[in-house]
Order: sequence, then structure tokens, then C-alpha cells
Amino acid sequence: MAGTVITITSGKGGVGKTTATANIGTALADLGHKVICLDADIGLRNLDVIMGLENRIVYDLVDVVEGRCRLRQAMIRDKRLPELFLIPAAQTRDKSAVSPSDMVKLCDELREEADFVIIDSPAGIERGFRNAIAGADDILIITNPEVAAARDADRIIGLIEAEEKGPARLILNRINPIMVERGDMMAAEDILELLAIKLIGLVPEDESVLVSSNRGVPVVLENKNKAGIAFRNIARRLTGEDVPFMEIDTESGLLDRISRFIRPGGA
Amino acid sequence: MKNVAGSFTRKRRSATTAKERLQLVLIHDRADLPPGVMENLRDEIIEVISRHIEVDREAVELRVAQDGRKQRLLADIPFQTTRKRRGR
Repeated sequence: MAGTVITITSGKGGVGKTTATANIGTALADLGHKVICLDADIGLRNLDVIMGLENRIVYDLVDVVEGRCRLRQAMIRDKRLPELFLIPAAQTRDKSAVSPSDMVKLCDELREEADFVIIDSPAGIERGFRNAIAGADDILIITNPEVAAARDADRIIGLIEAEEKGPARLILNRINPIMVERGDMMAAEDILELLAIKLIGLVPEDESVLVSSNRGVPVVLENKNKAGIAFRNIARRLTGEDVPFMEIDTESGLLDRISRFIRPGGA
Repeated sequence: MKNVAGSFTRKRRSATTAKERLQLVLIHDRADLPPGVMENLRDEIIEVISRHIEVDREAVELRVAQDGRKQRLLADIPFQTTRKRRGR
């Protein structure tokens, strides 16, 4: 197998990296691919909780890197999807326990084990981030429609360019269509224009995300909800499928009609 | 239609402010210019050009503009108007 290693990163904390990793990984596995989700946030492990696998951890990323276990021993099989695995981060160590070259080596091994390896990067632009992108084939940057988050995303885009990785693509998370319509939230087009980056997904703000994290079941596995559909679409785009971007709109579709009315030529 | 009416009558929506603030912050972050560089640059450019052409010093404008992910320096350097020149 020669899988693809995809890192999800953001610069700023709390914009949805871990949620996106769990959901995109789960959606890919649900589409029939073999997937390994890797938590690279050493010292602040969280992906296990979002995936509901926190009680099954024996070995972690640092154990693999330091040779205390074999790679497969650290791969925790998901409860529901037999082709989905988690490699948790170590909780009692820090980022210096792993180096970018360790990660490159590990990613080479992981590519042989799965179709997709999804790496959850820590926040920040230092060692943990460097580790997370070191072995990546593809990088997804996640941000929120907010000045501080978008600014950090821009820094990350610059750093990824400097490393000659990428081009990264953007996930815009937590869009509130009512606020966008009201003019109190930047629209996706504005952020994409300023960051000058390609889009891979628009995810609406959705209470189901918190509910599903309470339960430890990624939202893509819950019954129909907007965030779940958005993450599924991202997964399908990663497999090369051409999935149109969903209209993130208020129920009425009012915004769409108005913008068509105001701007001649439609668009 | 309440929302629509609101968006036209209310003076200024925060999303517009956010976009402008983000744009400015990005220009500075990307250009990575230490404080004072723009002022020094402006003074020196005026000095060089003034050796050859009389320019309206007060109106000289120097800024960093965005072109995709590229930054460029834009200088707007108006000549001194004839009338002002005569009046000197």
C-alpha cells in the first residue's frame, strides 16, 4: 500500500483541528478506505476522546518512535469501523520527545499500512507543528471566520510555502450563515480572497459537533447533520471526487436570492 | 425581510470591519517590516527623487499592496503643482 499522509493544522488553537481529523478520518474509513488517525499533539492528547477510544490506549506515538512497541501494537482499532485506527499521542511527554526526522520515518512506515494517514497537528508554529508537517504529502489548514484565526492561518500558509510543502488547502470551519447574512461574519469568499488559498471544505457551525464529542462518536457517524455532511464532502474530495461546495445558507435561501438581485450577472 | 432592511440601514456591519482589519494585519505580517522602515523608506525616496524633480512632499504616499500572496510596494509621488512652484 502507498497511502497518503495528510496533516491538519491551524496555527491557532481551538478552531477544530482535532474534530476535523476525527471526522475526516472516520468518513474516509466509512467510504471503505483503511485509515490511521495520528495524534501529534504530544502532551495534550485529545483525539482519543473525540473518537471515543480513550479507554483502549496501551501504547502511544512516543512508544513507537522510541522502539518500545511495534507500530501495529500502537494502532487502536475503532469500535465501529474495522478499517479505522488511532495512534494516540503520549500524554506525559512533550514535543521534544519526537523530531521531524522521526516523523518522516514514521510516515514512511504508515504509508505502507493504510490508504490515508490523517495527522492531527498541535497548535502553534514550533516543534510540534514542524513534526506534524514533516512527513506530510498534503496539508489542510483549518480556520474560523474570525480575524485572529484567519491571521494565524496566513502565517501557517507562509511557513508551509517556505518549507516547500503544499500548496495547502483550507477548511473554513464554524460558519454561521445567519451571522454572515446579517453582515456580522466574514463570508467565505472574503477569507479565501485575502488568504489566497484553495478551498477544500466549508463547515457550518453545528451543535451536533459538541453533542457528538460528548458521546465520543464523530459527527459524521451521527444521523444527518450539516457539519457531518460537510466533513464527508471533504473526505470525498480527498479521494479525488469532484463534490460541489454546499450552499451554506440560512433555511430560507434568502441570502442567495438577494446577492443575485444586487450583483448583476448573478454569481 | 427584516434582516435585509437592517443590512442597508444600519451604519456599518462588523464583517466589513473584520475584513479590513484582517487585510491590514496580513499586509504587515507578510511584509515582515520592522517598525519605522516605511517612514525611512519614504524619506529616502523623496530625497532621491527631489534631486531631479520637485515633488509634493506632503502628498507622497507609500504603501504595501497585496497581489495574491505577493506583496508589492506602491509609491504615489505627485509632482509639485505649477501654481505652488510659482508661489515659492
